[in-house]
Amino acid sequence: MIDSTTTNVIVDSLKSSQGESGSGWILHHVMDGNYLDFTPFFKIYLPQFQLFGLDISITRHVIFMWLGAALLFFVMTRVAKAYKKSFVPKGFTNFWELFIIFVRDEIARPTIGKGYEKFLPYLLTAFFFILFGNFLGLIPFSATFTSNIAVTATMAVFSFLFIQYGGMKSNGVFGYFRGLIPHGVPIFLVPIMIVVEFLGLLAKPFALAIRLFANMTAGHIVVYALISLIFVMQSAYWAGLAIPMALFIYVLEILVALLQAYIFTILSSLFIGMAVHQDH
Amino acid sequence: MDYAYLAAGLGAGLTIFGGALGIGKLAAAAMEASGRQPEAAGAIRTSMIIAAALIEGISLFALVICFILAGK
Repeated sequence: MIDSTTTNVIVDSLKSSQGESGSGWILHHVMDGNYLDFTPFFKIYLPQFQLFGLDISITRHVIFMWLGAALLFFVMTRVAKAYKKSFVPKGFTNFWELFIIFVRDEIARPTIGKGYEKFLPYLLTAFFFILFGNFLGLIPFSATFTSNIAVTATMAVFSFLFIQYGGMKSNGVFGYFRGLIPHGVPIFLVPIMIVVEFLGLLAKPFALAIRLFANMTAGHIVVYALISLIFVMQSAYWAGLAIPMALFIYVLEILVALLQAYIFTILSSLFIGMAVHQDH
Repeated sequence: MDYAYLAAGLGAGLTIFGGALGIGKLAAAAMEASGRQPEAAGAIRTSMIIAAALIEGISLFALVICFILAGK
């Protein structure tokens, strides 16, 4: 039976483990760490090593990225093999075909138009990788690797590279940069437009990275903050209010996981489409 | 005196106010447009989701700054 002594013990241990501030334990759980945390059962400490002064130790997010990549690889190779046998899928393949057709017909084709097939592998990979990452983070005792700014920044860099590649392939290197400045702009505004469009080129992938990172981090922080209400109020009866609220936010997190994968993919493909067909 | 936490809280509140107002107006316009022309509801819904994600992206810029402030 949970009584006030138990909650007091937990509150004291939380306060003493994070010396500077009472809420440090929330960030401690949401951010990356050097061990897999299965408290109160056990902790698995992961190897740390450095290479040329850069810290490339194996952390929680690295383990879950490998897990997500392995899951993606096995699921998609099985789906691809099933397509070799027949074009009419059943069962497992049928389920994933829903998402693949969704990405092709609702995301790639309307935004890129002609020549969308070249970018479809990247868009499908981005969509499913982020989807698996977001959903893996919802399992208890796991970590969300898409809530790591390094991972989202890398994905945004890939999107940026594909945007430039698509634009330069279709319009030529010089023609692409010329096409950035809209038609019919007075000549004295052109220097300003050059600066603005250049910054816009960099700001769009930056926003992609920040959007995914902040959505995932903020969702988990809200769930932790609601559950920590029980310990802040130092009474176990607050669980009657805190747990349903946390459950509601958790279900909202499932929606946000799907939505953020969709938003990343459709914005990437929108920017690719704008670069490839610069004359709208 | 340390005002970092107060600043983080006020910043987050103001940002959410602005973002929610923007997305609320966007949703209202989308509902009205869908009511006028139900056949275009699918296309309107897609554009609404994209615009809502862009507005939310901006408010999350400010939220990240609040995280940094609260972590100090």
